[in-house]
Amino acid sequence: MPKLEDLQDIVQQTRRDILRMVHKVNSGHPGGSLGCTEFFVALYHEIMELKQDFDMDGDGEDLFFLSNGHISPVWYSILARKGFFPVSELSTFRELDSRLQGHPTTHEGLPGVRVASGSLGQGMSVAIGAALAKKLNGDQHIVYSLHGDGELQEGQNWEAIMYASGNNVDNLIATIDRNGQQIDGPTEEVLPLGNLREKFEAFGWDVLEVKDGNNLEAVIKGLKEAKVRTGKGKPVCMILDTVMGNGVDFMMHTHAWHGKAPNDEQLQDALAQNPETLGDY
Amino acid sequence: MKQYTDQGKKDTRSGYGAGMTELGRSHPNVVALCADLVGSLKIEDFIAENPDRFFQTGIAEANMMGIAAGLTIGGKIPFASTFANFATGRVYDQIRQSIAYSGKNVKICASHAGLTLGEDGATHQILEDIGMMKMLPGMTVINPCDFNQTKAATLAIADHEGPVYLRFGRPKVPNFTPADQKFEIGKALLLQEGTDVTIIATGHLVWPALTAAENLEKQGISAEVINIHTIKPLDEEAILKSVEKTGCVVSAEEHNFLGGLGESIARTLALHLPSPQEFVATQDTFGESGTADQLMDKYGLNNKSIEDAVHRVTNRK
Repeated sequence: MPKLEDLQDIVQQTRRDILRMVHKVNSGHPGGSLGCTEFFVALYHEIMELKQDFDMDGDGEDLFFLSNGHISPVWYSILARKGFFPVSELSTFRELDSRLQGHPTTHEGLPGVRVASGSLGQGMSVAIGAALAKKLNGDQHIVYSLHGDGELQEGQNWEAIMYASGNNVDNLIATIDRNGQQIDGPTEEVLPLGNLREKFEAFGWDVLEVKDGNNLEAVIKGLKEAKVRTGKGKPVCMILDTVMGNGVDFMMHTHAWHGKAPNDEQLQDALAQNPETLGDY
Repeated sequence: MKQYTDQGKKDTRSGYGAGMTELGRSHPNVVALCADLVGSLKIEDFIAENPDRFFQTGIAEANMMGIAAGLTIGGKIPFASTFANFATGRVYDQIRQSIAYSGKNVKICASHAGLTLGEDGATHQILEDIGMMKMLPGMTVINPCDFNQTKAATLAIADHEGPVYLRFGRPKVPNFTPADQKFEIGKALLLQEGTDVTIIATGHLVWPALTAAENLEKQGISAEVINIHTIKPLDEEAILKSVEKTGCVVSAEEHNFLGGLGESIARTLALHLPSPQEFVATQDTFGESGTADQLMDKYGLNNKSIEDAVHRVTNRK
């Protein structure tokens, strides 16, 4: 296991990457990306079993699907710094002719991405399909997915949630990023999600909650616990409470930075709160 | 004139079912999905022989399309099937993002396309599906004409890498193509040679096109008949070669004239060989309840309509 401080360095550098990527093109989604940074670092650097080289089918390794594709900056940073593609490519985010589209796609062939996402609510179905293929192939590896809480307002999720438990898709760990915010405001004001744990449990899932989703140790512990619960007949849901905009004081606890880039001054302020650790791209 | 024999009426959806049974035996990576319409899709035999390779998603088409996309990631070749209306319009965004844009090897197999679901009425019919599917980059669109050709198409798309929309119907229609035919995606079939007009038909309108050609011959009009089973990619070469000879064209399809085969042909001609064209298709309308035959007659999708269109188009030459 990498030392916790090394992982914290990756978290900090990832935050810098997110901020700089979004700032450069004056577009993108920093809020949700910053809120999920600890989750991505835990998943890719501590939890998932990955093969050396990327291949689309992903036989013999764990898979990850990002359903809420707008938080692409955090995923791109993680993939690049994990070695899926050159870190320097992060500078092309959202620019013409880039593989780093605003929302992830396979169309441009970016290693690490297996399905396009952006139009919300489709990722869980795809993750289930990949999990079913693993079962057919006798592959014991796990499929992970991440979903925004607001994204659960899309009905397709509930079709998928019903399907996964009804068909014992127990090699799937779906994480819900519960930051309580969406574009138009707090989820509880836009369209209340109610008690997510009870909803997933009522649909037959095994649910665990991680209250401090921006505490790296807590996230790792939660994911390890989730992993232990796979293979027991039920799909596993991890509800992760995060703070949107985590790590940048003026971006936290608000939906204001859902899809807005910092200006020059704000960028400097944000970067000062997250000093360079692994070297900027 | 070449004679075609109806070997006995059969439904095209049963051709799909027969193809799936064969694929179940020959292609271990082929898997089937269905949204609560197994009996309508005729895939009972595939399921009986390969229970672990069948996924019943219930009445949840969006989830079915997503699961199909995910299955390809483990190297499977998913055949996702339901009624054409629910296989396209209901899940257009799922097909667009998770399948077409993502370049996934999913076969969308749609039964009860067009008007001929009949008595159920417009909610269960669809006359826009060819348009929606052909507009998706990278999507192959196939509409076979009879039982044998539907079976052959089902087998062929399993070996084709990439997303495919395979469209077929409910009613029993004449089965007249060879049982042992080779199905070449994107290759038009010249069924009847002629010199005065080209009739280009797809799906259930191919047999009426042949009937029309026979009747027209008695009136001294020599019609060339082309079966376009693959609407995208379109065999432009075959179309141009024929229209160069005949100078005019009638397109025939069980679909709205907007967005269908006829429009694809019109584009080809506009770019390379501007020629008079008539469209046998529905006229921007929804369907209604009725028997399949009644509906085809009311909406002008029969040999008589094709013959009338030929008279109109030859007068415009």
